[in-house]
Amino acid sequence: MTDILQLLIYGLVLGSVLTMGAIGVSMIFGILRFAHFAHGDFMTLGAYLGLSFISAFGLSSWWALPAAMVGMAVIAVFIDQVLYRRIRRTQPVILLIASFGMALILRSLVQLIWGSDNQTYTSGIQFPWQLDWLGGMRLKPDHLWIMLISLGLVAGVHLFLTRTRLGKAMRAMSDNMDLALVSGIPAERVIMVTWVIGGALAGAAGVFLGIDTRLHPVMGWTTLLPVFAAAILGGIGRPYGAIAGGMIIGVSMEMSTLLIPAAYKPAVAFAIMVGMLILRPQGIFKGTV
Amino acid sequence: MSSLLEAKGLYGGYGGADILQGTNLRVESDEIVVIVGPNGAGKSTAMKAVFGLLRIREGEVRYRGEAITNAKPEQMVRRGIAYVPQEKNVFPSLTVRENLEMGAYLMKGDLSQRLDKVYTLFPKLADRRRQQAGLMSGGERQMVAMGRALMIDPQLLMLDEPTAGLSPLLIDETFERIQEINAQGIGVLMVEQNAKQALAIANRGYVLATGSNRYEDTGPNLLANPEVAEMFLGG
Repeated sequence: MTDILQLLIYGLVLGSVLTMGAIGVSMIFGILRFAHFAHGDFMTLGAYLGLSFISAFGLSSWWALPAAMVGMAVIAVFIDQVLYRRIRRTQPVILLIASFGMALILRSLVQLIWGSDNQTYTSGIQFPWQLDWLGGMRLKPDHLWIMLISLGLVAGVHLFLTRTRLGKAMRAMSDNMDLALVSGIPAERVIMVTWVIGGALAGAAGVFLGIDTRLHPVMGWTTLLPVFAAAILGGIGRPYGAIAGGMIIGVSMEMSTLLIPAAYKPAVAFAIMVGMLILRPQGIFKGTV
Repeated sequence: MSSLLEAKGLYGGYGGADILQGTNLRVESDEIVVIVGPNGAGKSTAMKAVFGLLRIREGEVRYRGEAITNAKPEQMVRRGIAYVPQEKNVFPSLTVRENLEMGAYLMKGDLSQRLDKVYTLFPKLADRRRQQAGLMSGGERQMVAMGRALMIDPQLLMLDEPTAGLSPLLIDETFERIQEINAQGIGVLMVEQNAKQALAIANRGYVLATGSNRYEDTGPNLLANPEVAEMFLGG
């Protein structure tokens, strides 16, 4: 029983990381109609930006989070303006391939600048709390923070999408691009905000991943599959679905280690994604595909 | 005094051959003007061209005397021209109220007066303001679509087949609403398949065929014209 609870915690932590990535992937698909393959490497770059920030100023590891979020928001908009905007009017598959290329560029860049060795935000071990009232389950403070901050960010995204004019316009554009155009909704501004949010959340995901484990140039790339699985499971183009999808995939991946070797965790995400595409391709929440 | 809308000699299409072959249109501010014609005559195309949704290769569109040929939809909205497409004319995952808010995206200030005006015209929308537009019936969606367009307090309302797919009862109701909207001083330009009913409430009508004007007259005259009746109105 304690094992299951323990794995549930690990699952929710992983789910938080995946959710941060999947909301961005889902939003970008909803607005721009292409699967953003560089999103995993956005996470990686964000994690390393955070690392450089805290080592430059000698700050504690959590300061990496705001630095990564701001940095990736700016970089995402920059990449969109320089690369994606120029090919916006071509077919979505061209954007998809371009984002694949961007993924390779970013990964190589990370390797060039920071090297290809494992790195960590803090050396030393964090002692977990022993929760005797939960059968001696252990909870690391960092894990609690990852879950709480994700919850806060999700709530923020929700408020943005439902309470602000620009957030509603983003949902409107994702719903019906042509009608948004004839209503006078400024598409380019909505696209820019989509990248700000997508980039910032990818940065957060990267830092969470770095705090939970370690930093490595392929950390984001290897997380991209479960992120896509989460976005598809929730119904791509639906940010709320991405939250449900992220949590389901994260918990399933961790729980699977009860039955099968841990090395198969990505296969679990892949299996859920394939199963979902066969049984209910529109996702839990009806997606926009 | 220049017309509210005047389009002269429009040529253009979707990139290939011209669909519009010298189309002319004119709407005065107190008028309901209807475009009828056989399928493929370029009715919807003419309306889209006027609104800047496809490129006009030759010809001119003037709004209150000002040239607006090939202006962007956003600029049309800012000038007070609203357009309701035929299909997919609501945001399905947004609530009724959010749909209306999106109509007034470019408008500054408080929206409550604009919302009240739309709710007065379509009381049903007030009751359903929190409902997702995608879950509503075809007739209700049409109300949402028109309501969205009216949120900018337009001077000119362009409707592409507002009664398509509606039951006879709802068709009558829609035409009544259009007359009410027109009575508020809003010029209406619409494309309609229900040509007889539409011409009956219209001040003037255009019969388009293969992208150019075939007939142009008052609504009653067009209805009374035996050639028009034979060609387009099904006897």
